[in-house]
Amino acid sequence: MSEFLQQLLNGLSLGAIYALIALGYTMVYGVLRFINFAHADLFMVGAFLGYFGGRLVPSGTLVGGLGVLALAMAGCAVLGIVIERLAYRPLRGAPTLNVLITAIGVSLLLEYSGQLVLGAAPRTFPDLFPAGRFNLGPVVVSTNQLVVIGVAVLLMVGLELIVHRTRIGTAMRAVALNPRAAQLVGINNDVVISFTFGLGSALAGAGGILYALNYPSIDPLMGVMPGLKAFVAAVLGGIGNIPGAALGGLLIGVVETYVGGSAWSTYKDAIAFAVLILVLLLRPAGLLGRVTVEKV
Amino acid sequence: MSPPLLHVSDLQVSYGAIRALSGVSFSIAAGEIVTLIGGNGAGKTTTLRALSGLVRASGTAEFDGQTLLGQPAHRIVARGLGHVPEGRMVFANLTVAENLAMGAYLDRDRDRVTRNREEVFALFPRLRERLRQTAGTLSGGEQQMLAIGRALMGNPRFLMLDEPSLGIAPRLITTIFEQIVAINRQRGITILLVEQNANLALEVSSRAYVLETGRVVMSGPSPELRADPRLKATYLGG
Ligand SMILES: Nc1ncnc2c1ncn2[C@@H]1O[C@H](COP(=O)(O)OP(=O)(O)OP(=O)(O)O)[C@@H](O)[C@H]1O
Ligand SMILES: [Mg+2]
Repeated sequence: MSEFLQQLLNGLSLGAIYALIALGYTMVYGVLRFINFAHADLFMVGAFLGYFGGRLVPSGTLVGGLGVLALAMAGCAVLGIVIERLAYRPLRGAPTLNVLITAIGVSLLLEYSGQLVLGAAPRTFPDLFPAGRFNLGPVVVSTNQLVVIGVAVLLMVGLELIVHRTRIGTAMRAVALNPRAAQLVGINNDVVISFTFGLGSALAGAGGILYALNYPSIDPLMGVMPGLKAFVAAVLGGIGNIPGAALGGLLIGVVETYVGGSAWSTYKDAIAFAVLILVLLLRPAGLLGRVTVEKV
Repeated sequence: MSPPLLHVSDLQVSYGAIRALSGVSFSIAAGEIVTLIGGNGAGKTTTLRALSGLVRASGTAEFDGQTLLGQPAHRIVARGLGHVPEGRMVFANLTVAENLAMGAYLDRDRDRVTRNREEVFALFPRLRERLRQTAGTLSGGEQQMLAIGRALMGNPRFLMLDEPSLGIAPRLITTIFEQIVAINRQRGITILLVEQNANLALEVSSRAYVLETGRVVMSGPSPELRADPRLKATYLGG
């Protein structure tokens, strides 16, 4: 029983990170109808911003840690907006395949210029937050896990408020539903798209730091696997569906952790894809996705 | 005579190799209701899209003395040109209230937004009853009311309506057309009405243009066109 709870906690804290990344995939898909494959690399950039930002603040403090987190999120938001502006906007109106291939190009560019500038060797991520563990009943909780879950929950609640309670958030949903009608009410779709990239990239940046806190070895290719799983999580939840991405992320994290602790632990990385195949067979639109007939 | 509110001259639009408009010209004076009628594929929707910046067009179009063509759609809306698109295009997963709020996207004057909302409810009381309902679950007629209400929230001086009668129960069509006339009379909004239902359109408008394969083939005061034998044969059901 305690083993079960322990794994659940570990799974949820891993899943919360997948969820943060998955939200970016799903939001960008919502407004532009394409998968931004470079999104996973913003996760990596977030971790490196945390690595270097960590040198500027006293280590192992809550304030310092949160400061670095905010810095990394801001940095990733700017980078995400710049990438959209330079790489994707010129392709507005081009076939989706062209944009997808460009996204893969941007992803490779980030990964290999990362290797060029930072080196391919892994680096040890600093202790940004106070380290410690304590027992909660039968379960051992690390402060880093608390940070992960706390920050992820706050960010997701914040996102929910932005998307549902603010003017720009409502505009984001409007653009996702019908970009032409959005223009006809005076929405500048480019501004909304930039905002969406900024928001999604900031979440990926936060995800990068949270991930590195628990798996403190970072390198320029570190985004690939978590990014892929987060993508699976987004599809699992129903691509374009924001609560779906959060749910998908948590599910993948929990399932992966249980499998990792079982006799089949060698298949832990494959399990996300097995879950995906299963869900798509049973519910092609994803868990929360609706099969919609687009009216023209 | 004062210069027209909208003056369109030699408007041309192509979708790739398909030419949809080959030189459409017309003008509309402030305060008028003008209708654009024509059969399937005549280019009515394309004309409206060109004017609101959704498709690229050549030729000239002046609104209130300043050029429209080449401007992004959101700027055109800001200049007071409203467009109720074909197929209504309400934001299906947003509530009625959110749809109306999006209509007022550019309006930072909260009092005016509240006033406009009340005016929309006065025109279409059903919308007030359904504020929390998602727009996609409204009936076709209600969606049309919402689409018109949403456009009115943007303070248009000039409103283009694309087939507001399409796919709507006859009873609701009457309501909607009465309110379109009211919008023109009471709020002084100039209207360009696109319709396939030529009888109805000629009844409420003062002048009409007939479009056929991307050209204006006939124009004149609506009462005259209603009596025109050529038009009768083609569009008015004998
Ligand atoms: N997106 C598009 N791509 C290619 N051709 C198009 C497109 N939209 C319209 N057309 C073509 O342009 C022509 C004019 O179409 P338009 O939609 O303006 O006609 P319409 O008068 O509004 O017709 P309807 O009454 O059926 O709505 C048609 O031949 C149509 O097939
Ligand atoms: Mg049409």
